[in-house]
Amino acid sequence: MKLAYWPGCVSRGFTTELHGSMAIVAEQLGIELVELDRANCCGAGIIAEHNQELADTLNARTFALAQQTGLAMMNICSTCQGAQSECQQRLDADSAYRAHINEVLSGQGLSYEKGKDGFTNKNFLWLLVEDYGLDRLADLVKRPLTGLRVGPFYGCYVVRPKDRLGYDEYPDRDLYLEQVIEVLGGEVVEYDGARKCCGFPVITMNRDTSLRQAGTHIGDALDAGADCLVTPCPLCHLNLDMQQPEAAKIVNRDLGLAVLHLPQLVALALGAEPKELGMKRHIASTKWVEERIAPVAAA
Amino acid sequence: MAAYTLKVRRFQPETGEGPYWEEFDVDLDPSLSVLDGLLQARDRDDGSLSVRCSCRAAICGSCGMKINGQSGLGCKTQIGEAQEKADKFSHASSGEEEALPTGDGPAPIVVEPMGNQPVIKDLITDMESTHWAKIRRVTPWLLPHGDPPEREYVVEPESMIDITQSMACIQCGACVSSCLSMEVDPDFIGPAALAKAYRFVGDPRDAETKERLHDLAFDPHGIYDCTHCFSCIDACPKGVAPMDQIMRLRRRAIEEGVEGDPNNGANHVHAFTKMIEKKGTNDEALLIQETYAPGIKGKLKPTKSAIKGLVNSLPTVLRAIKTGKARSLPKLIPGVHPKLPDGAQDEVKAIYAHAEDHREEFNIYISGEEDVVPEPDETVEEEA
Repeated sequence: MKLAYWPGCVSRGFTTELHGSMAIVAEQLGIELVELDRANCCGAGIIAEHNQELADTLNARTFALAQQTGLAMMNICSTCQGAQSECQQRLDADSAYRAHINEVLSGQGLSYEKGKDGFTNKNFLWLLVEDYGLDRLADLVKRPLTGLRVGPFYGCYVVRPKDRLGYDEYPDRDLYLEQVIEVLGGEVVEYDGARKCCGFPVITMNRDTSLRQAGTHIGDALDAGADCLVTPCPLCHLNLDMQQPEAAKIVNRDLGLAVLHLPQLVALALGAEPKELGMKRHIASTKWVEERIAPVAAA
Repeated sequence: MAAYTLKVRRFQPETGEGPYWEEFDVDLDPSLSVLDGLLQARDRDDGSLSVRCSCRAAICGSCGMKINGQSGLGCKTQIGEAQEKADKFSHASSGEEEALPTGDGPAPIVVEPMGNQPVIKDLITDMESTHWAKIRRVTPWLLPHGDPPEREYVVEPESMIDITQSMACIQCGACVSSCLSMEVDPDFIGPAALAKAYRFVGDPRDAETKERLHDLAFDPHGIYDCTHCFSCIDACPKGVAPMDQIMRLRRRAIEEGVEGDPNNGANHVHAFTKMIEKKGTNDEALLIQETYAPGIKGKLKPTKSAIKGLVNSLPTVLRAIKTGKARSLPKLIPGVHPKLPDGAQDEVKAIYAHAEDHREEFNIYISGEEDVVPEPDETVEEEA
């Protein structure tokens, strides 16, 4: 499997451990990644607040760069998925609008063509379940996460709105994290916040709202007995992990729950060591998780 | 006809007891609604089961409720589909429940009163403080200047089409019920009221556009208190997409030059947009600095709330330096972050230059999506 790979900004910024872990897990899975290093930020919905046409053009450029490779596109960020899907929905809805946007790109020898070579843009979670296959993944598990109680945390942008995110075709996209956790041998922890908002989008605008959301979900997961959370979204990771000590102050309780990036959890089950996955960089200690997972079986 | 179990969250204040769950077995066609199921339970089993309803056709907006955790209208949710959802997530709720069916039978359809609103009785909520007061908060009437025209106001059709989406609201409160910002901040003006606000901001007859936008931006619980979670979009039974209207309010506020809000909302939009023009990807240090203290090289004008924000973010930054998360110059010093390679940054800049006088707002709600052309290959195969 070979993919045009958009790592997003945050995986190369405050969560470099995600970028590194994705490289490791890709090798474990036998996926070849062609990194789109000329592509630009998805705008995270914020550039669209300034100028929607600008956001659509910037993302059309990324899609066009991916289409030049002739490969399907993969991202590793729920927010990239949501922001890019939003622009793609508008671009795909109307050929005149698409042509209007492509006029700007044509000066750069680029063009986004709807459905060219069956073009898709899927985040790692969707791709793992829909294209790679859970059976294949199961065969590669070297260290089943037996006894590890994992709370899924999706990130809004891969859950809603349903009609934009392909739920007609793939109705179980909001259950994939549970499916992956189980295939890796872990135990799914059900708690209220799994599909709610981490609060990150308003961290600079209303810190109390933002951290109260993060703190509440972490607390709920702890109450449900979670050993850790897993998320396919690095922006959720920023609020749930990096801001966790601050969130604890806002909700006025002790937290201390490890938050893993999805590629880290998969890589662990496929035999990678916590050290190479950059888990030391996390703010909330991952020590408890490291203690609970077994050494890789010799067999 | 098919059998269903409705698991209803009940509350009877006159008993002095707290809320409790009760299951009702009903029997109806899968194409009928969850509301039909509730009314059957009321008729057959318990006349005290309370639910607000009137038109039963998604017009009056009376029967807002949560079905399997999803906010919407009882009358617009087919009971057969609700059963499919219940079965899908029954695995997901298996840890929590006291009243799940034994064996492999279908999961009950869980029906609850709307969220973020005080419950009066069973499925009936008090919408006054959480919905209507907030609607009144946004001055939901036209504020034209000058004398009214002798005959009617003349308005371009495009302008009215622009606000039809927000006018489609039936005030059912489903978006309020689903709002994840309001869940932690009850003071948030909220999706229904802000969608209503756009209805007047977008109306060319209204003469107080900028004042409205200023008001909604400078309220700390206004347009910059929405966490962008899309819940209200999925909850709305009429396609109003309240969050999209909030984003349009933000866009209009930026266009109208509404700056300096206490949430640093406008600063954040400007900082983010400019940063991508300069760097192509997120320069986190620059974003934080520009959001809180724009123009540090020329004139430094951080507001009081900005200084507070900057100070608040210091412990987080220090921790990130300690673990190695942010232990490099580009992550600490604004502007050190590299540009896109090999002329790619110039391509991004060219797109920005073009966008200076191009701000089309393409709205699928108005334009619709082009019909999907059936793939010719499939037809050929069928004929063969």
